[in-house]
Amino acid sequence: MGNKQTIFTAQQLDSYQDCTYFTRKEILRLFDRYRDLAPQLVPLDYTCQPDVKLPYELIGSMPELKDNPFRQRIAEVFSDDGEGNMTLDDFLDMFSVMSEMAPRDLKAYYAFKIYDFNNDDFLCKSDLEKTLNKLTRNELTEDEVRMVCEKVIDESDLDNDGRLSLEDFQTMIVRAPDFLSTFHIRI
Amino acid sequence: MAYSVNISQTDSDSESDFEDMGGSKPGQGTFRFIRESAASTQRCPESLQMDDFRGCTGANREDLPFTASGHMRDETLDTGQRKSLQRHHWSAATLKVLSSMPSRTAGINAVIPKYARDSSQQPQTSSHDSSHHSKPIQADFVQEQMEETSAEEKQLVSNLRGLSVSEAMRKLRATPLSLADKMRVRRLAFRDVDESSFISRNIPCYRRLGVYISRTWSQCLFICLSVLTSLQLWHSPMKILSGRFGTGVLSYFLFLRTLLLFNLFLFIINGLFLVFPQAVNPPPHDPHSNNFTGLELLTGTGYLSQSVMFYGFYTNTTLTTCRAANSNATNTADLPICDPHQPHMVPYSIPAAYLFTIAIAFFIICIILVYSMSKSFGRSVQVLKSNRNLAGNIFCIWDFKVSKNTSVRLQSEKISTQLKELMSELTSGEDAKSYTLRLCRLMVHVLAWVTCLISIVLSAMAVHYLSEACITQSPFKDTELVLPAVVSAINLLLPGLFNLCTWVENYDSPSVCVYVSIFRNLMLKVSIIGVLCFRWLGRIAVEPVNHGLQCWENCVGQELYRLLLMDFVFTVLYTFLGEFLWRLFFKQVLKRNRKPVFDIARNVLELIYGQTLTWLGVLFAPLLPAVQILKLFVLFYMKKSSVLLNCQASRQPWRASQMTTLFVFLLFFPSYLGAAVSVIYTIWTIKPSTECGPFRNLTTMFHSGKLWVQQLESSNTLLFWLSKAYDFLVENPLFLFLVNGFFLIVIYVHSQVVDGQRTIVNRLQKQIENEGKDKKFLITNLQALYERSSLVSPNR
Repeated sequence: MGNKQTIFTAQQLDSYQDCTYFTRKEILRLFDRYRDLAPQLVPLDYTCQPDVKLPYELIGSMPELKDNPFRQRIAEVFSDDGEGNMTLDDFLDMFSVMSEMAPRDLKAYYAFKIYDFNNDDFLCKSDLEKTLNKLTRNELTEDEVRMVCEKVIDESDLDNDGRLSLEDFQTMIVRAPDFLSTFHIRI
Repeated sequence: MAYSVNISQTDSDSESDFEDMGGSKPGQGTFRFIRESAASTQRCPESLQMDDFRGCTGANREDLPFTASGHMRDETLDTGQRKSLQRHHWSAATLKVLSSMPSRTAGINAVIPKYARDSSQQPQTSSHDSSHHSKPIQADFVQEQMEETSAEEKQLVSNLRGLSVSEAMRKLRATPLSLADKMRVRRLAFRDVDESSFISRNIPCYRRLGVYISRTWSQCLFICLSVLTSLQLWHSPMKILSGRFGTGVLSYFLFLRTLLLFNLFLFIINGLFLVFPQAVNPPPHDPHSNNFTGLELLTGTGYLSQSVMFYGFYTNTTLTTCRAANSNATNTADLPICDPHQPHMVPYSIPAAYLFTIAIAFFIICIILVYSMSKSFGRSVQVLKSNRNLAGNIFCIWDFKVSKNTSVRLQSEKISTQLKELMSELTSGEDAKSYTLRLCRLMVHVLAWVTCLISIVLSAMAVHYLSEACITQSPFKDTELVLPAVVSAINLLLPGLFNLCTWVENYDSPSVCVYVSIFRNLMLKVSIIGVLCFRWLGRIAVEPVNHGLQCWENCVGQELYRLLLMDFVFTVLYTFLGEFLWRLFFKQVLKRNRKPVFDIARNVLELIYGQTLTWLGVLFAPLLPAVQILKLFVLFYMKKSSVLLNCQASRQPWRASQMTTLFVFLLFFPSYLGAAVSVIYTIWTIKPSTECGPFRNLTTMFHSGKLWVQQLESSNTLLFWLSKAYDFLVENPLFLFLVNGFFLIVIYVHSQVVDGQRTIVNRLQKQIENEGKDKKFLITNLQALYERSSLVSPNR
């Protein structure tokens, strides 16, 4: 089964297998999913490592991500150019981190980057407000949003500068055991 | 309104810190990220200055802690006010200083060295790394770092080289680099590693064997795991379910799949070592019960009772293909004499095989359960105690598995409802309930508990009297299906009553509600199984002749078979009636579009109950796991279509990881342990029937094991010494006391260590909070000083 494929060299498959949480079969299946998004753009031969990037619109139209309010942030965080246009490596990386075998710290790191809308390495108040609005589809009033954000910062800002750093975020995640089961996309 | 305070020293330090951030970058992927963050931190003071403006215009002048004359107001401001003021009124320079503090810049920078340093075995490289950080880097160094591998990546590579291959791969996978960077690091780390160089590195020779063993073991494990994951049983149905309902409902189906794998394991072991050898050499057939009617599939009697399904089929013979030269036993008279030069089958003793297969299967299941329980517990335990973790809830609340449009919307509604409730609770605070209201609630609770307990006791008594009546009445002819039907009906109806009670009680927190209903349901099932066990082991097994039974084990096996099947029939009925008809009822009669909610806890307890019956019955009916496998298979598809068709997602939050831990624990503690205890009790103390089964004419089933060992002893001296050692050590109570005492001491020491660590963690947390308060204090005082100095000399 695995020896017949001509998409990747054996070294490439080994390399993917070592660097992600997927087996050979899953990597080939993911490649098929990637190719299905744009069959005319993605070549069937990756042995020469072609530089193919799928635009964000195609990635965001996948059924697993289509209705997710954070799909744009997810694509931006895992893409190389920060715009959401993903190569196959980025695609594999994204689903590897979101798979159920990735450890908590790795997921927490990427979750932090996803919720950091302005990319300043901190979850400041505007980031939290945007997150809340995406979670609740703008159903909360502004006062309620503000109150929740303040409570969140009060609770988890250990060094009291008004924003959450990566350490604050990771400490908070340690106290929430559901994180591993919710921050998971099945592919 | 920018404060023009000249902090020249700080400026140069902050600049060098920016270059430091820019300079000591790891690979290009993260470099882009951190370069942007350096730029954005430089942008930061301006953007925060805008917040400054907004904050200033919003706040009241007199709320400032420091009045125009520069005197500090007294410290009796409440914490919240002070906090909000301080965040909005810091000057641009202060904010610049804050953002270039080492703890800020170390946040992202230290991620890569941290992951590399975790596995560092060379202390000198880590000190080199820290000295590297402290040197101020020139601006043009930034450019160089873009092209070549940075020092951090080099350090990561060297750390990985120092580890074993599998360990290094695990560390690399967990490093937050982009995939391209990871592949480059992997290439660098293992570029010149092959078999020979790995061995010929200066590993001491006494470790080579260990290294070799660990490598082959990890390869075996990896192969096993890949086989298991490539099974991918029900992958796409689970994806559809999780896309529609989320993690909660999915956990039920995952649990079902786990139980299926357990039963598959049991079935394979029993089939290989027990069923197959005996089926190939069947005992002489009783010509009486040859007619096969369909009803017998349900009752397990008649034709089936003589089949390989039940205990009675198995004989107490030893299977051989040849006989020993000097044996003159009549049953092997027609077999050829064993020729020592030709291969012949080792004599296979069925009673010994029966005993040891069951024992070893149970032992392996125990190990698997304990391992999965500890793993699950480790994932879900909360080390740092916090009564309300709103922040964690917000960031963990979104279930990324949910993909269907309507479910996503439902999830958003659920989250906003939860948050609104939380906010209203916070703003209004705890209502001081009046005494009468509290008394009322207490009365309702007491009444509900009394009702539930009484119903449990009544149902246990009903089962007991029914079973006694069945025993005394007639020897199990017509009333076979009555007892299982009554038991299954009780299991179906009473949990509904318990749910009604919890609905009436109206608990404040939904998780308490779930725990209470699980507890009541568990009590019911434990008491019913307890009564049934008493019936089997305390009445039927002890005096089988009085009940007209020649083969009591067959009878018990058949009863368990019937219970399992009836349970399945009633579950089908409940799925059909409870969910489908309820939905029709609501739609047609009440004209409302409200679908029932899938009760996860109740269904999981049903699964655990079925599994307990299987484990209890495997001693008396070795093929019972096969029945359970079929049942679970059909149940999966039935429940899946029922859930997709009839149910809607719950509006209550479901804490998946804690619930999963609880269910695995329940599977181990009352279910598996109870079954294991009763099986051990049966093997150890109860006299097997004299006319059927592999243990006929023995005092206990365990006796056959001893006999087999004695037989082996006479042929093999090594085993003779082993059995002598066993007699001396294990049968000696002092040895057992010592071993138990030792384990108790180890457990006690470990629990004390855990307590100590928890105390240390609490202390460190307090220390961090105090440091934060110190920092805040210093910043506000510095700010006050600068304000005062700027006000004093306004022409600055």
